[in-house]
Amino acid sequence: MLYVVNIYLWASILLYLLLGGADFGAGILELFTTEANRSRTRKTMYKAIGPIWEANHMWLIIAIVILFVGYPAIYSTMSVHLHIPLTVMLMGIIARGTAFTFRHYDAVVDDMQTIYNRIFTWSSLITPLFLGIIAGSAVASTIDTNAKGFLNAYIFSWLHWFSIATGCFTAAICAFLAAIYLIGETDNDTDKKRFIAKARSANIAAVISGALVFAAAHIQNIPLADWIFGNPVGIAAITAATISLVSLWYWLSKGKTRVLRVLAGFQVSMILLTTTYTLYPRIVLLKGGTYLSLTEHAGHMKTIETLAWALLLGSILILPALFYLIYSFQKKTEKSL
Amino acid sequence: MDDFLAARSQMALSLGFHIIFSCIGMVMPFFMAVAHYYWLKTNKDVYRNITKAWSKGVAIFFATGAVSGTVLSFELGLLWPGFMKHAGPIFGMPFSLEGTAFFIEAIALGFFLYGWNRFNKWFHWVTGVIVGISGLASGILVVSANAWMNSPAGFNFINGQYLNIDPIRAMFNKAWFSQALHMCVAAFAATGFAVAGIHALMIIRGKNILFHSKAFTIAAVFGALAAIAQPLSGDISAKDVAKRQPAKLAAMEAHFHTEKKAPLVIGGIPDEKEQTVKYAVKIPGLLSFMAHGNFNAEVKGLDSIPPENHPPVAVTHYAFQVMVGLGMIMLCIAVIYFIAFWKKKQWLQSKWLLRLFVFATPLGFIAVEAGWTVTEVGRQPWIIHGIMRTSEAVTPMPGIVYSFYIFTAVYFSLACIVTFMLYRQIKMVGKLYDLPANTSPLTDH
Repeated sequence: MLYVVNIYLWASILLYLLLGGADFGAGILELFTTEANRSRTRKTMYKAIGPIWEANHMWLIIAIVILFVGYPAIYSTMSVHLHIPLTVMLMGIIARGTAFTFRHYDAVVDDMQTIYNRIFTWSSLITPLFLGIIAGSAVASTIDTNAKGFLNAYIFSWLHWFSIATGCFTAAICAFLAAIYLIGETDNDTDKKRFIAKARSANIAAVISGALVFAAAHIQNIPLADWIFGNPVGIAAITAATISLVSLWYWLSKGKTRVLRVLAGFQVSMILLTTTYTLYPRIVLLKGGTYLSLTEHAGHMKTIETLAWALLLGSILILPALFYLIYSFQKKTEKSL
Repeated sequence: MDDFLAARSQMALSLGFHIIFSCIGMVMPFFMAVAHYYWLKTNKDVYRNITKAWSKGVAIFFATGAVSGTVLSFELGLLWPGFMKHAGPIFGMPFSLEGTAFFIEAIALGFFLYGWNRFNKWFHWVTGVIVGISGLASGILVVSANAWMNSPAGFNFINGQYLNIDPIRAMFNKAWFSQALHMCVAAFAATGFAVAGIHALMIIRGKNILFHSKAFTIAAVFGALAAIAQPLSGDISAKDVAKRQPAKLAAMEAHFHTEKKAPLVIGGIPDEKEQTVKYAVKIPGLLSFMAHGNFNAEVKGLDSIPPENHPPVAVTHYAFQVMVGLGMIMLCIAVIYFIAFWKKKQWLQSKWLLRLFVFATPLGFIAVEAGWTVTEVGRQPWIIHGIMRTSEAVTPMPGIVYSFYIFTAVYFSLACIVTFMLYRQIKMVGKLYDLPANTSPLTDH
């Protein structure tokens, strides 16, 4: 049953990255869109993610609940030593979620919209940036559970080049996912071309920031290359991702929506797979070579069993409804195109 | 302010904020479903307009409730890692199920808000009802987790170790039913009165009378029914607390000395040093009756509990008095309303009755906040009653006081924006919803 819970944890992190990520990315794209096109971007985005954004956001809750119910030691260690980036991420989540809703449900359209928009776009960038910082910190061996002093215990645990590079990489991936997703959500060629161009630049940004992650890993003696290329699964996944990246650029010029979505989703899944595969079951690497693992630091077996059943039961209820939600709004969008 | 107090204040603030939004998010969908049903049955535009207007409110409150709930799930770890390390695996079950319920709610809300004219009308209606049911389910589950802190179950605590964990037994702890019932009824009463009050105000001002009258009736009936049911659930709760948390009951009642024929203490200023309550009205034997169903029963006082385990008496007592007092006022208004409903139709047209409802607009929510204060402050110094002290659970990170300031600023601004938006929604009712039949320029959402 522990494996069931582990798979659910991984899947919910992946789905949050893909769906929640595309959500954040849409805000990032809006931030980097010229004033002239902003309202068009906003309109497309709202149509595309309006009905599903609450659901996208749920994957984070699922992941966090799995962590605190199933892996209390991991959850509490991260909560203590990554308190600050977690708080910033939370602020981002609050600001983003409320601003997104407010700007569409305010009965009067006036200057307040500028404020909502500004809050929405900036928090769309800050949230995945700090999500990446948290992920980077988890594997950078910078969390020192014996640290004395505020800086060592609560700042240097997360503030370093590797985590920042991971944060930028995460934000770039979100923007990339969003641009790919939105290509299929526009109702005219001009917008479509614009999103294709955005997808290209976001993809370039992701590759550059990805390279920076490797550079930072090198500086901090984090064996990132070994983790990724040191095993057949990693090599295979990265090769597949690279091939799909090349074909993605080919299909981008054709503007084939479905193919592009599958390829982009595949790439991001492969990136998450390679980075987690070698480390598994380790999930948080601590200073001094110790670590927290999904097998050794799991909660009591009885809890894990009930949790697994709750997740399986939940999926039976949630997944069909979620698919139907996405499917029906996709269908309607296609009709209107 | 030290970090421990700051952590407690931040948690109290976050809960206090979230609870308002979650109550509304939990209850309003039912109002919406009723209006929606009337529209589908009668085809009267006013009901469709009410449904749409309320659904915007629900969207705003749901989003704010959802993000503040996310914050809470992180804050459990950020502020109380010592608690979560041990409690997470024991009382986490309702949270996992709540995740499911909340997920379904989010999906159903997507269907409902964006599904106008897109789906079969009854399917669309059902999605709205599902929003309500799943919201109510998540409320019950979260309260069941809180009830575990008051009535720990599903494990053995031996030599500082938490053994033989049984998450299902933990979820169905002895306090879950009474607490969940009390909370749900409170949510209906508070939201019903708040919504009815706002519509009553608009009727008094003579604005969009038809729209506001129909909306008022739906909200008022829900609120009044709940206000009448609430004392009963309160009685179940009180008996429960008396049995399991005598210290909390003693603090609620400022009952310092163990005695038979214990009096019910109404009002007054408790003096913890002197162990007396000044200026209070005391009704002999009534506390014994309320706690144990017998006027002569012995009720444990604070003197039977070691001083280091005493909850803050004054805060708990005042909060309890406020909750009960407001509940009684709401009960009276509810009774008057039903008399008007069945016997004195002319009262329904009179301003004084509407004014009563306007006056009662915030009362339910003040009572809800007071009730939570009783539950949470009354449990102190324990975070897990009788097992773990709150002070043992707090994060070791210094500087929580700054975090508290930041969260206070964020919640304060959010509260201001939501109030401002609500004001604008209400102001726009005339323009958006109160139109002659069949000329509605309403868009899809």
